[in-house]
Amino acid sequence: MHGADVGIRGRGRTQAEAFAAAATALTAVVTDPGSVRPAETVDVDCAAGDPELLLVEWLDALIYAMAVRRMLFSRFEVEIADGALHARAAGEPLDRARHQPAVEVKGATLTALRVAREGDGWVAQCVVDV
Amino acid sequence: MDISTLEPAGEHVWRIAPHGGMRVPGLLFATEALVRAMDDKVREQVCNVAKLPGIVGASMAMPDAHWGYGFPIGGVAAFDPDEGGVVSAGGVGFDISCGVRTLTTGLPVDAVTAVADALADALFRQVPAGLGSEGEVRLGPREMDAMLRGGARWALERGYGTEADLDRVEEGGRMSGADPAAVSDLAKTRQRDEMGTLGSGNHYLEVQMVETVHDARAARAFGLREGEVVVSIHCGSRGLGHQIGSEYLKRMAAEAGAHGITLPDRELACAPVRSALGAAYLGAMRSGINCALANRQIITHLTRIAFAEVVPSARLTTLYDVSHNTCKVERHRVAGRERELFVHRKGATRALGPGHPELPGPLRAVGQPVLVGGSMGTASWILAGTESGEARALSSACHGAGRAMSRTAAGKRWKGKAVVADLAHRGIVVRSPSMRGVAEEAPGAYKDVDAVVEASEVAGLARRVARLLPLVCIKG
Repeated sequence: MHGADVGIRGRGRTQAEAFAAAATALTAVVTDPGSVRPAETVDVDCAAGDPELLLVEWLDALIYAMAVRRMLFSRFEVEIADGALHARAAGEPLDRARHQPAVEVKGATLTALRVAREGDGWVAQCVVDV
Repeated sequence: MDISTLEPAGEHVWRIAPHGGMRVPGLLFATEALVRAMDDKVREQVCNVAKLPGIVGASMAMPDAHWGYGFPIGGVAAFDPDEGGVVSAGGVGFDISCGVRTLTTGLPVDAVTAVADALADALFRQVPAGLGSEGEVRLGPREMDAMLRGGARWALERGYGTEADLDRVEEGGRMSGADPAAVSDLAKTRQRDEMGTLGSGNHYLEVQMVETVHDARAARAFGLREGEVVVSIHCGSRGLGHQIGSEYLKRMAAEAGAHGITLPDRELACAPVRSALGAAYLGAMRSGINCALANRQIITHLTRIAFAEVVPSARLTTLYDVSHNTCKVERHRVAGRERELFVHRKGATRALGPGHPELPGPLRAVGQPVLVGGSMGTASWILAGTESGEARALSSACHGAGRAMSRTAAGKRWKGKAVVADLAHRGIVVRSPSMRGVAEEAPGAYKDVDAVVEASEVAGLARRVARLLPLVCIKG
């Protein structure tokens, strides 16, 4: 998008896969996900009243984990059932020299927010504030 | 933006007539060229904000407006609680009270250019910058709450800075009405190690030279002289503000229906000023303002340490500290009567005109300093508020250049090392922990700040006082 913020989009065969892909896109805002070793895992749980707010909760939970644990994540196993999300995110502590983090993500927004079936799969997207 | 959809309403002023549920008109302050360069989304967002309950006057966009989330960045909107007015987390932005503080140094430019590399190293060592950096100040729960109530005054009481600094900070350095209990434990935890850090993205600390003075009287009152050195610090409320913003945005979206608010788009999430959620957000947001004021106060202290190491003759004096992501209670005359309004400025600077009682004595005759950041390697400006700005835009002006290109496009177009080398060739020393970050912040990714401030002046929002050029840039 043509602004100060960044749009992220994940696609997958299922909603959970699209959410995992959106999480990879979130990491890509900061660094090359390929440079992040999946050495440690962190469990993430969140819930929301609808799938779109659930995406925002999921991304915000990852942004919080990145900030407080000073970690980056590159592999995501996501399960979604009845408006609740359980995930295992794998990554490693931030290494500023190796990861060259471009920018800190402040939070996910409700702008361009969309979680929907598209074709034979799912799309999950929103704008994140950097 | 398609200019044919706007009505000319004065020099560099464009009006969007109310339509489709808009309660007030939209007003854009910009040259024709700046309007044409704006995304159509800015127009859509200005119109959407005009539909929110209790908005008065107009939904406004400053000359540097661009597409934001919910409200445009560069958006100004005031709400009257007597008319069901709302407060909006997206109308403030996630980086609550992000702003600029400028310090004069009394140094001639030669005193800095001779030691620019050593000064850059000292500043880069003293002021933590970039993702994952940590400050020296660690706050336990009690000190955290004291900081959230006390702002820059709290920092002063802990030994960071002088009493004279506070006279030059909005609200005297301490925003009243802060309620640390409305700030979640998650937000406080996220801030634990981040006091006195610059952050990343477009945040920076710059050593600058006063290149030209445009208004001699105001420059004298501000302590600005051509050929002298100043320092500008651009940062905000760090992780705490980000967490407050994202938590309340979701709550406002989820509860809007319960407050009887029909949103044109969920991204405009808001709550009535007079509701439990509105009051909680205001208490949390004001805590966020204090966090930002304390943060810039600590960074001012660290900047003084760095200068003392390298240029001991420097006398760093706070010229002014402005926040450009806030919602403040202000009295304005709208539709024929003075009233108390909740004024949202998101990527817009308050710009009080001459004579305003909130201005400290030495500044009162010339108006409030409006500190306008450029981008790395480009000019910055210091403007002064005008009398006409009150009636035209509730005493508001631009805050920066605004991006012309997305971070992704900039990252593809430039390489960080080449940007640093090019700037070094032009006599500008850059220090940053991230070369990808530097590439995404390349000077060419931003709009022309000179055009933005010129539009602000012609539209009567603020007048130009001095143009600054960068010498040293510490980039997050």
